[in-house]
Amino acid sequence: MPERITEHAPAEREFTVAQRSQGQLVLRRFLRHRLAVISLVVLLAVVLLAFVGGALWRYDVATLTGDYSQPPSWGHPFGTDAVGHDSFAQVMRGTQISIGIAVLVAVFSTLIGTIWGATAGYYRGALDTVMMRISDLILTLPLLAVAAVLGHNVGGSWWLIALVIAGLYWAYVSRVARGVVLSLREKEFIEAAKALGAGDARIIFRHLIPNALGSIIVNATVLVAIAILLETALSFLGVGVRPPDTSLGLLVSSAQTAVSTRPWLFYLPGLFIIVIALTINFIGDGLRDAFDPQQTKVRE
Amino acid sequence: MTAAAGETVLEVDDLRVSFPTDDGVVQAVRGVSYRLGRGEVLGVVGESGSGKSVMSLAVIGLLPGSARISGSARCCGEELLGASDKQLSRVRGRRISMIFQDPMTSLNPVYSIGYQIAEAIRAHHDVGREAALEQAVELLDLVRIPNPRERLRSYPHELSGGMRQRVVIAIAMANRPDVIIADEPTTALDVTVQAQVLEALDTAQQQIGAAMVLITHDLGVIAGHADRVLVMYAGKLVEAGTADDVFYAPRMPYTLGLLGSLPRLDAKTERLTPIGGAPPSAVNMPPGCPFTPRCPLAQQVCEREEPAAEPTTSPDHLAACHFSEQLEGREPAELFGAGWRDDVVVPGAEQREEAR
Amino acid sequence: MIETASEPVNRDTHDPVLSVRNLVKHFPVRGGGLLRRRVGEVHAVCDVSFDIGSHETLGLVGESGCGKSTTARVLLNLLPATSGRVVYEGKDLTRLSRKAMQELRRELQIVFQDPFASLDPRLPVNEIVAEPLRIHGLYGTDGREQVRDLLRVVGLRPEHGNRFPHEFSGGQRQRIGVARALALRPKVLVLDEPVSALDVSIQAGVLNLLDELQEQFGLSYLFVSHDLSVVRHVADRIAVMYLGRIVETGRADDLFTAPAHPYTQGLISAIPLPDPRKERSRQRITITGDVPNPADPPSGCRFRTRCPKFAEQLTEGQRRRCIEEIPALVDRGQGHPAACHYAESTALL
Repeated sequence: MPERITEHAPAEREFTVAQRSQGQLVLRRFLRHRLAVISLVVLLAVVLLAFVGGALWRYDVATLTGDYSQPPSWGHPFGTDAVGHDSFAQVMRGTQISIGIAVLVAVFSTLIGTIWGATAGYYRGALDTVMMRISDLILTLPLLAVAAVLGHNVGGSWWLIALVIAGLYWAYVSRVARGVVLSLREKEFIEAAKALGAGDARIIFRHLIPNALGSIIVNATVLVAIAILLETALSFLGVGVRPPDTSLGLLVSSAQTAVSTRPWLFYLPGLFIIVIALTINFIGDGLRDAFDPQQTKVRE
Repeated sequence: MTAAAGETVLEVDDLRVSFPTDDGVVQAVRGVSYRLGRGEVLGVVGESGSGKSVMSLAVIGLLPGSARISGSARCCGEELLGASDKQLSRVRGRRISMIFQDPMTSLNPVYSIGYQIAEAIRAHHDVGREAALEQAVELLDLVRIPNPRERLRSYPHELSGGMRQRVVIAIAMANRPDVIIADEPTTALDVTVQAQVLEALDTAQQQIGAAMVLITHDLGVIAGHADRVLVMYAGKLVEAGTADDVFYAPRMPYTLGLLGSLPRLDAKTERLTPIGGAPPSAVNMPPGCPFTPRCPLAQQVCEREEPAAEPTTSPDHLAACHFSEQLEGREPAELFGAGWRDDVVVPGAEQREEAR
Repeated sequence: MIETASEPVNRDTHDPVLSVRNLVKHFPVRGGGLLRRRVGEVHAVCDVSFDIGSHETLGLVGESGCGKSTTARVLLNLLPATSGRVVYEGKDLTRLSRKAMQELRRELQIVFQDPFASLDPRLPVNEIVAEPLRIHGLYGTDGREQVRDLLRVVGLRPEHGNRFPHEFSGGQRQRIGVARALALRPKVLVLDEPVSALDVSIQAGVLNLLDELQEQFGLSYLFVSHDLSVVRHVADRIAVMYLGRIVETGRADDLFTAPAHPYTQGLISAIPLPDPRKERSRQRITITGDVPNPADPPSGCRFRTRCPKFAEQLTEGQRRRCIEEIPALVDRGQGHPAACHYAESTALL
């Protein structure tokens, strides 16, 4: 019945509220978290250094320079190892891999975990029970051991390692996603969508997940830091990335006997591990504060 | 004036409260003054954001540390603003006490209500536990809780919302304070329970002889209980007077509009007359009368000069409006009527454009 | 269920748009522990029947926990009914398939109480209003224009459509909720406490808007509210609920001028009038105590535990009847039905 709608004058003409989108509010709060902003800058610098600097650097990971066990110098800022590899090239390569793993783990575990958890939380009941028991099962596995076994069998490729880690970590994300969705699904706007005739998929993907994303991202950030450390640990144990490729964990591992004689080989990759893990953690803190609904000022 | 002639128990003078926020300074209360006589009930009405609650929290010293407070608030001659915690804790509960909207926030869930009332008494009086519990029984009886003696051992979660609020009232009355500040004491309750609790509050207040500041958004509650009324808008006192003054002869367009927008239980109204627009933001408040953008009487002067609260029909009936005499005998509908509302242009807008 | 044979509430509406018959909704109460055994049932809605005529507003009033909001949700099939029927255009909604119901939602819409919670904070207003159109495949080439029209209809500026809900005031948000509900051009609109969260000066504007929209689109309203003053203003007929049952119903004016059920009388008495002289000199019927636990409602008349008539006026024999027999919702000579064995009209206003 397409009657022509007559017009009513805007009854409330005045906007008294500061006009800011949700995104801008989050950004503002994030920017106020000084440590997180510094961390973000540092992390970006590290990423830039690893990918741009690493690519432009005159030595490759595998290049044998002929300089053996040199301490840091202008020619070799991070020194060289006993075989003659340029340590800077190696650390840059290791950092690239760590970042790559971080991104892959973040994307895959968040994607799978969010959909898994949101579905379970939205439907509840038997489906929820089954899905969450599967998540629980994965959570009970001793992560390092399973990753070591899997990592040993799938070979030393860095992205395979990343997939193994993501395959174990999505269960954490699914727990978080389910928790958030459980509280969100009771909100009136979800009921409103149902009353409009929206299907389940629409409710989950259009309403629940976008609203849950803040909390999920915060938790995923922390997981990413742990994932980087896990890769380091796996490589350290020899079941992660294998030579001729390298990773920060592998570098630290192979330099452990040289700590006293050639400390740069041990401490410099170690420093990069710490910097990456710490900055991601701080950024996670900043994001949590920025997304924290309790900080959202509700206008009186 | 019912009680203004008597002794003043609470005197608030040019109270101002502001909060620094990201968006600027929020001016929640902008210079409010009032006196509360002994035994008097002062109703404070206003919509959310009008500053009515902040004003009382400032008086009792319960605002967060970030709040900037100026002015003066004296309870029985003692200055409360800027007083030390030690001084305040001697006054709070003893001379002035507070009742909040949600009883669960003022009651401790892990202690029995008898214990909590007794503690409130013992905080200010040197009496034994047994004696304090005896007094607690009397207090529970005062707020009409059935079987008060047995109730002493109940925990807050075992009581209904109405009963809990009565316990809160009993605690507020425990030390026979001179002033009770009740901030939306019945808003969370159902109407039938609200009526009972208000009655209990009334009798308790009268028996104790305390004066009361009754803060509410419900004009009906004000009509039934307040001797004098303060109307607040955008952190300012815009009208003050006896209940009869304010309800039957409002001299501020906002008050008139508020009365006109109320649906009435006692008469079938064909059409309500809403006040167009929304209250101004408390951040960076423009100069002039804060009601100007919503006011049908607004003239150029309204946006330049903020009117002071001045006597109108009687010395004690104050209104903050440049044109308060024009409101005599006006009905909400003719002032805020349909014709005005559907105007696309806000009255005075052209002049305002010119003024710029 | 004990037989109470509720009659259709309104006889003066000839062709109801929507009929509710003997609607029952029980919520299971589960115990703690591993098995979470069912330990009881909350009787939220008990044998409720009413009709809504076309272009009519039925006010459903009662205090919190009386089952009015549950009734509204069961009526829209947002909650499954335990038993009873909701008939719309010859179809029983409680028996419809999910798909058929989804289709029918175009005609039955709801506006929620809390304008802060009922709009998705992550979507701009245009998208919120467009959502019903998209869901039902109606957002065609003129979708944008439709959304602009809808915003205009509820008194908002279409230019503001790109903004997010948090940038609007409570009254404006509620208008957005109304625009969304109107998008599908429904016939029946359930309004669940649509103005309870708003300040009075804002509330009046929304009430007027609802009034205009009803006229313009020929809507039927089920107006659920705890606020009798608001209901008196908007409703043509009123049904008063207490503990899951309708205790009295009738034309709005009759109900207010001559309430027959002691609960209605108490409710009217309890509402303060914004008129000092009247308010201080009113005759009142006072209700004492609190609402009993809905998981264990009193036998017979559910109101008897708080009923001033039961406590003060009735004889032992009469009280026994209140305890043993559920009073039917019938007219006992007051001109409209009331579920009280000893119904008696009183003028209170």
